[in-house]
Parts: sequence; structure tokens; C-alpha cells
Amino acid sequence: MSDTLIEVRNLKKYFKTPGGLLHAVDDVSFEIRKGTTLGVVGESGCGKTTLGRLILRLLDATSGQIFFDAQEITNYSAKKMLILRQKMQLIFQDPYSSLDPRKSAAESIGEPLRLFKICRSKDEYESKIHELLKTVGLADRYANSYPHELDGGRRQRIGIARALTLNPDFIVCDEPVSALDVSIQAQILNLLMDLQDEKDLTYMFITHDLSVVKHISNSIAVLYLGQCVEYCESDELFRNPMHPYTQGLLDAVPVPSLSGKKTSKEIMRGELTSPIEPKPGCRFAIRCPKVSEKCKIRDIPLKEISEGHFVACTLFE
Amino acid sequence: MEDRKLLDIKNLSVVYNTEDETVYAVDGLDISLNRGETLGLVGETGAGKTTTALSIMRLLPQGIGKVTSGSITLDGKDIMKASERDIRAIRGNVVFMIFQDPMTSLNPVMTVGNQILEVLRIHNPKMTKEDLDRSVDDMMNMVGIPVSRKYEYPHEFSGGMKQRIVIAIALVCEPKLILADEPTTALDVTIQAQMLALIHDLQMRLNTAMILITHDLGIIAQNCEKVAVMYAGEIVELGQIERIFNGELKHPYTRGLFASIPKLDSKVKRLEMIEGLMPDPTIQVEGCRFAERCKFAIEACKDAPCLNEVESDHLIRCHLYDKSDGGRQ
Repeated sequence: MSDTLIEVRNLKKYFKTPGGLLHAVDDVSFEIRKGTTLGVVGESGCGKTTLGRLILRLLDATSGQIFFDAQEITNYSAKKMLILRQKMQLIFQDPYSSLDPRKSAAESIGEPLRLFKICRSKDEYESKIHELLKTVGLADRYANSYPHELDGGRRQRIGIARALTLNPDFIVCDEPVSALDVSIQAQILNLLMDLQDEKDLTYMFITHDLSVVKHISNSIAVLYLGQCVEYCESDELFRNPMHPYTQGLLDAVPVPSLSGKKTSKEIMRGELTSPIEPKPGCRFAIRCPKVSEKCKIRDIPLKEISEGHFVACTLFE
Repeated sequence: MEDRKLLDIKNLSVVYNTEDETVYAVDGLDISLNRGETLGLVGETGAGKTTTALSIMRLLPQGIGKVTSGSITLDGKDIMKASERDIRAIRGNVVFMIFQDPMTSLNPVMTVGNQILEVLRIHNPKMTKEDLDRSVDDMMNMVGIPVSRKYEYPHEFSGGMKQRIVIAIALVCEPKLILADEPTTALDVTIQAQMLALIHDLQMRLNTAMILITHDLGIIAQNCEKVAVMYAGEIVELGQIERIFNGELKHPYTRGLFASIPKLDSKVKRLEMIEGLMPDPTIQVEGCRFAERCKFAIEACKDAPCLNEVESDHLIRCHLYDKSDGGRQ
């Protein structure tokens, strides 16, 4: 038996817009091993969230394949998907808008239990909710609180509890801490990592925050305009970033220490270009400090430069 | 000769009175800032950072926000006592505020060129049309927007470009103080780096002072000379940046803040975290406001600590550093 839980091959998602086809996710492939975390980093509009939704089949892919536990789920029917979703869950970015304002914490957490008719008795249902609240570190007295009575950190804990209700194997965390203050962020990150150890969960962790992704991930995929430009183990990426975009991204992070003060460092110029009907060639080319003629001729495939380190850049061809 | 001191806030307290409760937003705040200096104001949501900035602008929500004590002196003028007419002349000309969200702080039905022009015209009624136009073009060049885009509307620009326009509007009258309230939170990191470099560059050129409000200690380290850490409406630590980042003496809250950020340059298995939450701002806490979450809390914390000078250019509000009541260091 292989230890790969999620595998994605040549996944593409194009949206039709009045201006032409928008290439939201363009030929992305990776795998996530059981019990590990894949970090997906990139700027807004690079296709991170779309990628997460494709894997959960909340969106249908234009082409490509998705495997869950060695089974291809790309074309599963809605009915089959409903059953499978017990095994795959999503934690949303904004704990303010992702909870039903008219449901108490207990009702929100218990909804999946009722939906899948998991509990046979009321006692079982209540003890299950009690257990979930305890798992995410919420006191029982919050069970009957409504979202508006709680702060962001506690709301996000409810979001996590709800995702855990059905004992999933795989959770897509879509920027779960970016709406929270740093001290609360640390609490939630620690909780997610503890849960992973305890329940052997597999995460796909979507974020734009490089220091968060470094902290939590085993491997990292860097996306730029729908394409994966670099993919490798987390430590390797930070020790040896190869793609000019990854290097620029790392340089742009303000470091909270005075020794790393940026005096002469290069600042990446320009902004994301449009993902609508992109021209062939490297999409980062117009912002790239190391651009050459080769970059603009054809699409650059992801290539294994050293063991387990994939980069899509002409510099390494 | 011009006074070196630009801004002096003394003992400022602000409350928000709503229908059924009173929120104590800022309590006994002292800040002073010299010309051309950059002060970083850090703290979590609800610490009173934005309220402080709004008080300087005298833009607290009418009828709700109220300054209960203290004085604010900006460029030699008493902000609290200024007439509505004077305060309008001060806003834009002497102090300008950049808000967090560039998407909502521009007027959607006015071309960006006109929005820059508007500020300039109001504050310089005697300038000729040609001079006004020339200043607008210069400003657009300075922030890196092609002058050809002058007649476009905000929705035609990307987030980063919009923030450039906001910066252009802020700086066109060459104010002496900029209040930047999380100016880059809504932007991507690469754009954020561009924006901060731009603001810094313009600040150097125009000798503008700035209060940079943020919750990101990284941004503070890269951009500020002085730092004030706020917690529950009070400044808990204030000092030169080297003291705060490299010094040994730290307020337990500041220590916690530093420990709770995941670092790029080292790997730890678990993040240290500050347990609990900030106290409810509708309740006036007796004693140290951080005591409940503090690992080092001692008996003395039941009494409110003062902001004490622990070394030169470094103040901490904590009994651990208070020599007068025999606290340990």
C-alpha cells in the first residue's frame, strides 16, 4: 500500500470570462503523503483557493486527475462525493462569515452528525459535541453561544471542530489564520499541529504568509498565476530557493529582527499580470530579474533539479 | 528656529459611549514624535491604535467617541482646542491619514487625477490651474504612476496602484506627519515591499514624520526608529527600535508577541503562545491589564504599574522592572 493520500495530475481549471478563458489553475501536479502537510503559497489571484476547491470537488476540473487514497475521484457522482466528503473537509479563512449566524456553536458542530445520521441517541450526540469542543480547546459554556458573541480565535476553533466532526483524513485549510491576531494565530497553529499528531491528519495548507507555511508544512508548492513554479520539501525551499519568484517572495517578507534589515535588497518590481488568455512562456518573465529570450518562447515545465526539488525555470535547463 | 518636536500627546484618554456600554479605548497615553521620525505603533485588534490616530485627526465618530482627558499638540497647535475651521486646515496640510483599505478609501466616481488635485486646491486656493496640474503630474511620477492614467477611475487600477494613488493624495500637500493605519495589510507581500520602500523614499525626500500602525513586527523592524507597544488601551513598552528588538529588557507581553510569530530563519516545533484574550474593553481593569495572561505575574500586579524608564530611551510598564517597589529585574 502506498502512503500517498492525495495525488493531483495535470490539473487544470479554466473559467469563462467575457475577456476570454481565465487560467485559474494551469497544469498543476503534486502528491501529499498521509499525515503530512503540503503548504500552498502564492499571492492573491494565483489560484490557491481554486486548487483547494478542485481537490474537494467543490469545483469541477477542466482537465486532469485527482486521486484520493489511490482512487480516482475526478468524475465521482455527487452522491458518491457526498459520502467521500466525510473524509475530506475544509477550514475557511474568515471565521466571521463562514459560520451560520443563527446556529449556536453546538448546532454548527453537530450539523454534520445530524446530516449523516451518525449518532443513535441524543446522549451520544451530546457527548460527541462535548468531546469535540474539548478537542479544540473550547469550554463547554460556549456550546450555546452564537458566533457574534465570540471573538475570531474562538470562532475559528468552532470552524475547526466542525471540520473534525466526521473524523476526516484530509483537511484543506484555506488561510485559516490570516484573519487572526498573532497571539491568537499561534494558538490556532499549535492546535492544528497537535490535532495532526493525534489523529494522523493530512493537511493542504493554503496561505500567503511564508513564515506560517514554513512552520507548519512538510513540503511546499509555490504557485504563480495558476502554475506551480517550485515544489519541494519545506526545509529545502527555505535553504535553497531556486526560482527567481520564490527568491523575490522570500526577500519581500519583512523580517522581525534588525540584523536582517533590508537596505540594499532588490525589491521585486511590477505586479501579477492577467491570468486571462496568458501568452506562452514563463508567466513571471516580465517581472523576473533574470529573464532571457528563452523564457518567452514556450511554457516551461516543472523539472526535477535535484532529488525532490522541482523548479520551472529556464535557468536550470 | 523650528521646534524639533512635532507631535506631543499627553495623558490622552478616549472612550466610546454606545447605547448600553462604555468602551475604554485609550487610557492615559503619552507619545511624542520629532520631525522626520517614524514611530511604529504595534498591538492586537482592539488595543487602541486606530483610536489614537483618529484622535490626532480629530475624526473620532461624532457623538460616540469622546476624549475624556489629555492634550494633543501638533506642530505647535493645540488640536483639542482648535476650531472646526482650523482643524480642516490642519488635516491634509499638516497631518494626513492613510487608511488600511485602498479599495474603499478612494472616491469611485472621480478620476484619480482629480482626487489628487482636489486636496491640493483646497489647501492652496491661490495656486493657478497650471501650477496645480504640474504638481499633480509631479506627484504621480513620484509614486510611479504614468501621468497618462490621470483620467482613469479607481476601479481601473490594481490594489497596489490604488494604494500608490492614496499615497500621492497623502503627500501632495507635503504634510509634516503621516498616520499610516495598516497601509499594507490588504496587499500581497511583494507589493507591500514596494509600497513601504516608496513611503520611506518619499519620507526621506520631504522630511515627513510618520506613525506606522501595524500588527506586523517585521514591518516595524524594517521601517521604524521608535516603537510603542499597545495593550488594552495603554502603552506597555516604548523605546528606540534597537532597545525593543535587541535589548534584554522586555515587557512580558512584547516577549510573548515576539515568541508567537513563526520565524523564517529557525524552526521550532511549537509556537510559544500567550494564553487567553485581551480583557473586555468595557470593564476598567484594576491593576496590570496583562496580569491575567502573564506568566510572570506577581503579587504587586494587583496595583497598576507605571511606565518606567528602565534604561535610556526605553520605557516599560511592568512591576518586574519597577525599582521603586522592589520588583526583580
